[in-house]
Order: sequence, then structure tokens, then C-alpha cells
Amino acid sequence: MNLHEYQGKAILRQFGVATPEGVVIEKAEEALAAANKVSEKTNCTVWAVKAQIHAGGRGKGGGVKIAKSLDEVQKFASDILGMNLVTPQTGSKGKKVNKVLIEQGVYYKGASEPKEFYMGVLLHRQTGKNMIMYSTEGGMSIEEVAEKTPHLIFKEEIEPSVGLLPYQTRRIAFNLKLSGKAFKGMTKFVESLYSAFQSCDASLFEINPLLKTSDDLIFAADSKVTLDDNALFRHPDYEAMRDLSEENSMEVEAREADLNYVKLDGNVGCMVNGAGLAMATMDIIKVSGGEPANFLDVGGTANAERVEKAFRIILKDPNVKAILVNIFGGIVRCDRVAQGIVDAYKNIGKIPVPIIVRLQGTNAVEAKKLIEQSGLKVESAILLREAADLVKKVLGN
Amino acid sequence: MSVLVNKNSRVIVQGFTGTEGTFHATQMIEYGTNVVGGITPGKGGQKHLDRPVFDTVEQAVNSTGADVSIIFVPPAFAADAIMEAADAGIKVIICITEGIPVRDMIGVKEFLRGKPCRLIGPNCPGVITPDEAKVGIMPGFIHKKGHIGIVSRSGTLTYEAVDQVTKAGLGQSTAIGIGGDPIPGTSTLDAIKLLMEDKETEGIIMIGEIGGTMETEAARWIKANGTKPVVGFIAGKTAPKGRKMGHAGAIIGGKEDTAEAKMKIMKECGIHVAESPAEIGKMMKEAMDKVVG
Repeated sequence: MNLHEYQGKAILRQFGVATPEGVVIEKAEEALAAANKVSEKTNCTVWAVKAQIHAGGRGKGGGVKIAKSLDEVQKFASDILGMNLVTPQTGSKGKKVNKVLIEQGVYYKGASEPKEFYMGVLLHRQTGKNMIMYSTEGGMSIEEVAEKTPHLIFKEEIEPSVGLLPYQTRRIAFNLKLSGKAFKGMTKFVESLYSAFQSCDASLFEINPLLKTSDDLIFAADSKVTLDDNALFRHPDYEAMRDLSEENSMEVEAREADLNYVKLDGNVGCMVNGAGLAMATMDIIKVSGGEPANFLDVGGTANAERVEKAFRIILKDPNVKAILVNIFGGIVRCDRVAQGIVDAYKNIGKIPVPIIVRLQGTNAVEAKKLIEQSGLKVESAILLREAADLVKKVLGN
Repeated sequence: MSVLVNKNSRVIVQGFTGTEGTFHATQMIEYGTNVVGGITPGKGGQKHLDRPVFDTVEQAVNSTGADVSIIFVPPAFAADAIMEAADAGIKVIICITEGIPVRDMIGVKEFLRGKPCRLIGPNCPGVITPDEAKVGIMPGFIHKKGHIGIVSRSGTLTYEAVDQVTKAGLGQSTAIGIGGDPIPGTSTLDAIKLLMEDKETEGIIMIGEIGGTMETEAARWIKANGTKPVVGFIAGKTAPKGRKMGHAGAIIGGKEDTAEAKMKIMKECGIHVAESPAEIGKMMKEAMDKVVG
């Protein structure tokens, strides 16, 4: 589950990770009060006004502004709230901004130059251990750093039996070329950050930029926090942070029906049991000259009701020109899925696009009989290759 | 010979009396698997499916000589169940449970390091050696005894490959579902090594997904050490970048973990790569015919 910047920072603060003071608002009228509140705590005279959406590259799309006066805070907050923000990560349609974070400006002038770093915490899949990945080059995309200056990316792997050790936090601070107060601040920062990562069952932390201020304080100037969905049962308070407006409404509806659905941009809808077979089915659609309109895994306990629900969700997508149902019955009984297809036809009424049904495995013969007896017009296939050919046929390729 | 499980395996079921455990244990027994008992803490001493129920894995091992365990315990308790099995001396632990938190699995991996046992899964369909033992949730009837070893990260896609192999007139030595999680107990390479060494296995099918580097590692090892024809397929060519496709493991991240990149490396390593998942069985048949011819 992805969190907004302000939510991620709230969690980080609980574990002692230093972040700038900030207040999140949903209405432009609240901007001044928010800015004043931040200033009371920090004496700041510069504020950052930041759009809260689940996508990176917000600055590039005009979703992050530095305000040097309260008038500017008001102006920027009014501009950004409600805007349709297009960033390199949102796609061309962009995302509507419903929330803005008014934050203490941390790029003030002082004794030394401010310096931006990068720090990520994630699972290193090859070793099955967590890893802190960091770089002296912050404030830009880490992919870019990896490409141009890979020697400036450092990695610190954490032994699960002992956890993050003090010499590792020191090595990080040395590699970032810090000294004095900033050095101490960084070791403390890394320690808190890793303890937060462990405690909240995160799957990704990305702090970019990680800032050393002109007076040698260390702050998470931005934060991207992704939590492990499988561990949310341990954190009901984080589950409550889910922002449904950030998610595709069809995906939300699918999740409520216990269907694993991801909306895509193609023209052939598909309904499959199992994630691997679902991806393979999408690939078959592509090989046959179509483009998958979605990923949909009905799961291991598909029954008639869920199959009907899945149909309804796929049909809501106006781009869908054909639907391919590909079920390999193991635990899932094909006749139950067939019943779902028959019911969907009856209950939805006319289904305006051709349907290709491929049922194989447990009770496939019974399933075929059920569909034949219902008099439904579906294209039926036994082998996966036949299903692929039928996709070609209905698309007219 | 086959690998991991065979007719001599003595299998126990953790989460024996639950809905899932009961259903699949019944299926396994019907297939002919030697299920010698099960574990449900608090129900020790009872009988279930005509077999003894134990409170702990240790008791089950002591009293039945079990050496293989299959786990149907809910995700919150599954990591504990795996470690209990390892501690009790189970040699092959097969965890079906889906949805175990990554933090728990990091601990499990650490716990198992150096212990004389092998974990398959979690989030997997299990392992089957046709006509000998089915220790998993796969439909038994699509399998046929033969000489093709299969290793796969996906459940239903494994069934698909098995079915194609059977229909192509070949059969399976052992089919291993290693599961789709980011931290699998057994990697693609581990499973490939087992099958390469197995006398019964003459050809191998390796089915992967986008995400991670397991298939490329295996491909490079096969290039250097492989002695049998390998057919490969990677699901997810059409998966968009950065989106989660059901399996936590299947997130496209870096450069070498896209379907295209993996398929390219596999080809360079001498693996017969199927562009379409409908061609897996056909390609395996062709590769085997060449070996014989």
C-alpha cells in the first residue's frame, strides 16, 4: 500500500526520524493558518507548498512550490489544490490534487551549503535481507544516478540476526562525507529510519532528498513509504490511511469483491485464475494481435457469484472489444465458473462483446455441457493455442 | 528416482483439521500420497481422516517418522509453522500459505540457514511426483509419469505446462512449484540443480515471471553446467512497469528483470524460449525428439 508524503512522514516521526514540520490542508482557506502554525513551531519564513498525490516527479509538473511570503503560500496553495497534476509518473491524464502539505522551508541560508542525499530501504531479494541503499547524489531520480555515476551509490546490507549495527551507520555517514554535528545527526537518522522500516512492516522507504541543512541538521525532506500489504493485519491504524481516491475506482470495487484486478489500456478483457496464468494470458492476447485491457485473477475459490462480479467490472471498461476467460481448474471447479458465466449472461442482459471461453482441468467436461445447454453464444476452446486463435478471429486479424 | 517427494515420503499436514487442510489432505490421500498424520495445536490425540492428530510437529515426527510436511496454516502463523517443522527435523517443508509478511520470511530464511532441510514456497502449489506422491494443491489427474522436470513460480501456469507436456505424449518426473513470493525457500536455480542431477529427469521446463533475477541466475548456471535440454517461458511481457500483478514477487523494477530481458539472457544461455505460453509443450517435445534423434 502506498502512502502520501504527509502520511509517510507522520509514521517516520513516530520513530524519531527528523522531518520538517508541516500541516496538510484540503481547502485553500486553511493555507494561512497552516503556514502560521508551522512558523510558530519553527520560526521559518519560507514554506514549501506540496501537492499530495501518489506519484513522483511532482516538482516537474508544478506541484511543489517554495513560498517566500504568506501571500505566496496562499497563492500557491490555491493554484495547486484542485489542479490536475501531470508528472512523469502519472501518465498523460494526470491526477487531481485533493490535499496540499504546507511545510517548513528547510533550504535556508546558513554557515554551510545545504546538501541533498538519497536514501532507500528495501528488501534485497537475492539475499533475502534488507538493504539500505544511499548516495551522495540526491534530489534527482536514483535511476539516473545508477546510470551516470553508479560508483556514487552505496549499499549496506542488514543481518537479520543482529539488525543494523552502529559501525554501519557510521560507515554511511563517512561515505556521505559528513563530519561533526551532521555526522552524528546522520547516524541517528539512519538508526531511526531502519527501526521505523522494521516496526511498520514497510516494503519500501525512499527518502529523496535526504537533506543536510545549512546549519547541519538532517531532515527527510521528502518521503515515499510503501507498506507490505500482507502485514497490514498487524497495523490497522495504517490500513486506515488508505486513500481510495488515489486508486482506480474499478480496482477498489474489485478488491472489495476479493478479485485481484489491475486496469490496463488495451482492448481485450481477460478473466483468469492464478496470477502467473493471468499474466501469460495477457501475453497470449498480445501475441494474437490484441492488447490486454486488464489483469484479473479470480483467485483459488472462484464461484459463480465472483465470476459474475468480474464480468461486470470488465464490462465497465468501454475499451473492451472482447473478453477471454481462461480457467485452469485445479481447486477451482470449471463447472462453477461456467455457471457464473451463464448467470452473468442472464443477470446482466445483453453482453455486447464476443466472449471466448477456455475451461480446462477439473470438471471441464461438465462445464462445457453447461454452457452448450444454456444456448449462449460463446467461442469455446480447449487448448490455450485454440483460445489464442479465437482471439485473433474475433479481432479480425 | 525423482526429486523431493516419492512413494516413500511420509507426509504430515500442518493445519490438518482446518477447511483447507482437510480438503487437500483428502485429495492427497485419494491420489495415493502416504499421509501419516497432521498437526493442529490443541487437538492432539484426536483422529482426522482416519489419521492421528498431534499438538506439535515434534510429536508427529517421533510417532510417525514423518519426513515431509505440507503447511496450510493462515499467514499470520505460517512463519512459525515453517520453523517448527524445521526444528522438528522435517527434511522437505512445503508451505502453501499465501500472504506471509516479508518481515516474517526474512526471519524464516535466517532461521533455516545451515539447517538440513529444504523449504518449498511459500505461496506455492506444492510438489508432485506423478503416481507416487502429490504434496500440494494441484489437480492430480492432469499429470502423467515421465521424464520432464518442471519448475515454476506460478500455480495455474504450472498446471498449464503439465497439461501441455502430457498432451504432447511426454510425462513428468517431478513438478515443483516454488511459489511467487519475493523470498522463496527454494530458488529457481536450486530446483534446476535438483532436476539436473536427477536420473529420472531427461528434460526440464522452467517457468518464470517478471521481477527478480532468479531465472537469469538459473540460465547462467545452465549455460555453464547444464546437461539436459531446457525449455523456458517468462510470464508478464505485457505487464506495465511498477504495477503489482498479484504475486508480490512480480514487480518490474530494474533492467534485467523485465520479461524481454530475461528471455534474451535465457536464449543466450542455450535455453529454448517459448514466446507464447501455448507453445511450451510443443517446444519440449521438439527438444526431446532432437536428443533422441
